[in-house]
Amino acid sequence: MDNWQSGSSLAMLQGRAELLLTLRQFFFQRSVMEVDVPVMARSSVTDINIESISAKPYGGSGYLQTSPEYFMKRLLCQGAGDIFCLGKAFRDGEQGCRHNPEFSLLEWYRCGWDEHQLMDEIAELISLVFAARSSQPLAIAKCTYGNCFSQTLGIDPHGVDLAELQEKAVAASSESWAGESRANCLDLLFSLLVEPQLPLGLVFVYDYPACQSALAQRHNNTQGQQVSRRFEVFLNGMELANGYFELTDRAEQQQRFDEDIAQRVEAGKPQISADRHLLAALEHGMPSCAGVALGVDRLLMQLEGADSIAQVMPFSWDRC
Amino acid sequence: MANYSTNEFRSGLKLMLDGDPCSILENEFVKPGKGQAFNRVKLRNLKTGRVLEKTFKSGESLEGADVMDMDMQYLYNDGDFWYFMEPESFEQHQATENAVGEALQWLSEQDICVVTLYNGSPLSVVPPNHVELEIVETDPGLRGDTAQGGSKPAKLVTGATVKVPLFLDQGDVVKVDTRTGEYQGRVKDA
Repeated sequence: MDNWQSGSSLAMLQGRAELLLTLRQFFFQRSVMEVDVPVMARSSVTDINIESISAKPYGGSGYLQTSPEYFMKRLLCQGAGDIFCLGKAFRDGEQGCRHNPEFSLLEWYRCGWDEHQLMDEIAELISLVFAARSSQPLAIAKCTYGNCFSQTLGIDPHGVDLAELQEKAVAASSESWAGESRANCLDLLFSLLVEPQLPLGLVFVYDYPACQSALAQRHNNTQGQQVSRRFEVFLNGMELANGYFELTDRAEQQQRFDEDIAQRVEAGKPQISADRHLLAALEHGMPSCAGVALGVDRLLMQLEGADSIAQVMPFSWDRC
Repeated sequence: MANYSTNEFRSGLKLMLDGDPCSILENEFVKPGKGQAFNRVKLRNLKTGRVLEKTFKSGESLEGADVMDMDMQYLYNDGDFWYFMEPESFEQHQATENAVGEALQWLSEQDICVVTLYNGSPLSVVPPNHVELEIVETDPGLRGDTAQGGSKPAKLVTGATVKVPLFLDQGDVVKVDTRTGEYQGRVKDA
């Protein structure tokens, strides 16, 4: 076997170690507490497009966690205050130049903040790690999802009817998108056509379509359309982070779980039940907060100019 | 033929697309964090040679193409077809001019070629990477000009025209890289 060695150079691993240290110091200096929550649990996310990897402790059923989100939210409900987690997350079926089934995720929550305050802090963090390697300041831009989308495609993503959206999706890809959902058509068009047009540097795209809210609250935008208080962060055109002004309402959370579960049944995907602990914690009460999850391997790819995630991890799945 | 799912896609895999056999050139996995995964795939249509790009939902599958690459010896041409033989079984296959395509200008009898069979018949022919062929037509050689300097066109016995150094003459045998059509050197004692 030729693959016993790391796919990373030792210099790259040193860069990785320095990045992990910088990230921890950033939060330590700001009195954000590190929490090393479990990566294995009895429950997992219901999200229709995220597949958990099963784990079977004691022969029972369990999952490797796709993010530390639910554990962190339970701690928030318990009054932990500002917290971050820098650890591993697992997602099945995701492998490519930007994906590996096991990857490093940095997730943090800021109590009493909204998503815009959190975006400012992300910009400070990313500027800091870039400043250590380059004298060029990092360009930073902010744009609503609606504006990004309409500038490239000439249609309003919140108002356009589904048939027209499907037509555009088919034209951009293939017939297999003909009957796709609104959320999937939007994702396809955004990935294929909008992302390549995003400016270099750090770009915050916010006010996502209501149908792609995940666990973000919703509000009305300046045009009076309902949108989600979710944002994504792109670094040189690559998706880097996803954040929310967090949903804290137990009933609404239960409803979103139920919708996900119904969609999973319809799509014939593995069934996952709602996380009872999270619902109980929300029942107790979650503080108003904003949170974000950031792909650490992708950040390192951008810092080091690597074209493949396998080049920045000690061992990608192909070598495990 | 077996079906292949997007997670089995890799370069070189032969698939049926819109009724034509295609070969995957590149396969890129794309997935927005919360969104549906898909694969952007670049393929070459093996009938037309055209390169196309398609986007498949991850998990979709396509039928494999009954396409096989095989080393065969070129035997002869009867005016209509080009005949190739499997070296082990001595089974012969006739290829159309369309299938032989650009390989035509390089083929000498007994060359070992890669013949791509689709449903059992030759779909395309790749000549050996290097061939040694006699010059049948070129401007007279210039004595003394042996190493550097210009080049001139020379017609080879199989019909191809390549650029050769000025000192070469009719009757000389040259080695040519068929992938680039470039002169590689003169073959001594031919």
